[in-house]
Amino acid sequence: MSTPSDKDLPQRKVALLVTCLVDQLAPEVGIATVRLLRRRGVQVEFPHLQTCCGQAAWNSGLADEARVLAERTIEIFEPYDAVVAPSGSCMGMLHHGYEQIFRDDEVWLARARALATKSFELSQYLVRVLGVPAAEAQASQPTQTVTYHPSCHATRILGVADEPVQVLRALGALQLVPLSRAEDCCGFGGTFCAKLADLSSAIVATKVEHIAATGAQCVVSTDAGCLLNIRSACEHRGLPVQVLHLAQVVDREDAAQR
Amino acid sequence: MSAHSLKDDFLDRAQHALGQDFLRRAVRKTTDRLRDGRAQAVKEAGQFDAWRTALSDARRRAIGRLDAVLRVFVERASAHGVQVHFAADAAEACAIVVELARAKGARLAAKGKSMLSEEIELNQALEAACVEALETDLGEWIIQLAGERPSHIILPVVHKPRAEIRELFEQHGGVSLSDETKVLAGYARDRLRAEFLRAELGITGCNMAIAETGAVALFSNEGNGRMVSTLPKTHIALMGLERIVETRADFADLMRLLPRSATGQRITTYVNVLHGPKRSAELDGPEELHVVIVDAGRTQQLADRDYREALACIRCGACLNACPVYSTVGGHAYGTVYPGPIGAVIEPLYARDDERRAELANASTLCGACHEACPVRIPLHDMLVSLRQANARQGRGDRTELTLQRVAARAMAVPFVYAHGAAVARWFGRFVSSNGAWPRFVLHHTPVLHAMARQRVLPEPPARAFRDQWADLVRDERRGADGR
Repeated sequence: MSTPSDKDLPQRKVALLVTCLVDQLAPEVGIATVRLLRRRGVQVEFPHLQTCCGQAAWNSGLADEARVLAERTIEIFEPYDAVVAPSGSCMGMLHHGYEQIFRDDEVWLARARALATKSFELSQYLVRVLGVPAAEAQASQPTQTVTYHPSCHATRILGVADEPVQVLRALGALQLVPLSRAEDCCGFGGTFCAKLADLSSAIVATKVEHIAATGAQCVVSTDAGCLLNIRSACEHRGLPVQVLHLAQVVDREDAAQR
Repeated sequence: MSAHSLKDDFLDRAQHALGQDFLRRAVRKTTDRLRDGRAQAVKEAGQFDAWRTALSDARRRAIGRLDAVLRVFVERASAHGVQVHFAADAAEACAIVVELARAKGARLAAKGKSMLSEEIELNQALEAACVEALETDLGEWIIQLAGERPSHIILPVVHKPRAEIRELFEQHGGVSLSDETKVLAGYARDRLRAEFLRAELGITGCNMAIAETGAVALFSNEGNGRMVSTLPKTHIALMGLERIVETRADFADLMRLLPRSATGQRITTYVNVLHGPKRSAELDGPEELHVVIVDAGRTQQLADRDYREALACIRCGACLNACPVYSTVGGHAYGTVYPGPIGAVIEPLYARDDERRAELANASTLCGACHEACPVRIPLHDMLVSLRQANARQGRGDRTELTLQRVAARAMAVPFVYAHGAAVARWFGRFVSSNGAWPRFVLHHTPVLHAMARQRVLPEPPARAFRDQWADLVRDERRGADGR
């Protein structure tokens, strides 16, 4: 993707909602996100008080605990012009989960909705706000074959459509190969992968089979949960495939263009 | 009942299913086939989403004023000679059917496929009253011969290898058969045909009632439904309290979506819309048509805003086929009459004191594929979360696990505690990922990690969290050293 120079763009500021999973288990995804946003003229701030959006607690049935986390997430992020997260899952929580948490509290519901309208998953922000350049012609010698696993929460809960694909297509050096049954869950499911570990492993094994069948050198997604899960299964199977977050791929291709 | 009774819990049953190669291949193959069929039908239809909206609205409209809609149905159905009965629960429903069987002196009841009949355990009640209940849907008959439970709402026998079916038939008839579908189906046809003529009672479910016309509709592919509802002198249709639409136009919406969502068919081989018993000038049809409307927990569900929408379900099974859990372990792992996401939602509602059904809320990755596939857009994934909340409130499930999650969630609300707690957890994670005798020992004795590590290489947590590296990123920016 070509990176426009700073002066072409209005000055934009965003707060990074890095997500607890990226913060603790995949900081490289957060770093890539910051770097690629800065290259596109976006000033990134990191509100240090942020912890977790409350999804883990909410999905485990801990409604009160989830509400506390949701309220503080709203308080921390509402002062900013826009919020970007390298996660469709946590953004899905902000957009959809908070609707449930605050369904009987008009005041908080209004605040949650106000925050949601200015909160974006990374690929959404790149496509809808910054605008991705038209797909580059496929390089005659692609540097890598890539396949894309759509995260369930990004697509079904948040409503991300083909934004990640648009972003990937704009990186002309890659060859995108289709993944069969791409829409199938990878079996992560948060605590599901611990509570029903073997079942989760069986589900991700199917996903890995489909990935292997593409022959792609790299599999890309928008959520650290899926990626950690898929990577752990690929490594177990000895499948030599890179498992990367969309942010990491964009950051890498940016760097390669210089 | 089935080899997989309710005795053990979902984890055990799923574990058992994971070891069954045939079962897993068969379930996957079938769910893939049904999903592909549905996807093809969606593509062909072109306006599938508009149809979904129409049917979703129609179903919610009927559910929203169920009282009035049922009253219209009863009035209109009675007008063409249908005898309508109400049953508050399973026991009452069975008693009504048994009483009718006694009154008719029936010795054999031929049955069409009905999940409601499974739900209320009607066969057992009939047998107890010395009335033979014979399933005439091929899959259901096989299940009955095997003494099992259906493992799919519309394909009850998806889990069974052909050779086992042949053995069942051979034992049943004292004959020798081959594994060919034609041969097996032919055997079933021969045996069942005679029974249709002998049965005094025909019992079916009801895919949908139509209030406007007082009719009861049956969708089927095998034709047995039509025989059961026309040959015996008395036909009893079992109807869930919620299985009703207001108008013929609403029913047309259902006709578009039920077969397409279930199997990808544009229409099932047979659609029977029954407007009462045989009239004097007619040659065939039953002399009496009884509709037994069964509540069994549905009114309670109607009053509960968290789960009310699930009453819109048309029992197509699309959520089963779309579910990564169902398509990996099949229906028996759920240990319930209704398996899959819809089962995980409605089963605990119909048996609120049953802890084993309550835990089914955890049998989901919350991927939302069920909601996406649902022709009436039931937010099943949200309902599963609501059920998890109810479980947590009532202290159901693993208490230690719940306490740990609660502590973690509370720690998350305090940044200092979160950062330091997570640092300790990362250190521990790095320790067990390092390859030494002690780390391996610890990993082996931490059940959760050990289970996860069986078929995965656990990620090694980083030394520094993102927040610990933020200062570096700020410095990089000042220096312009981040590659800009």
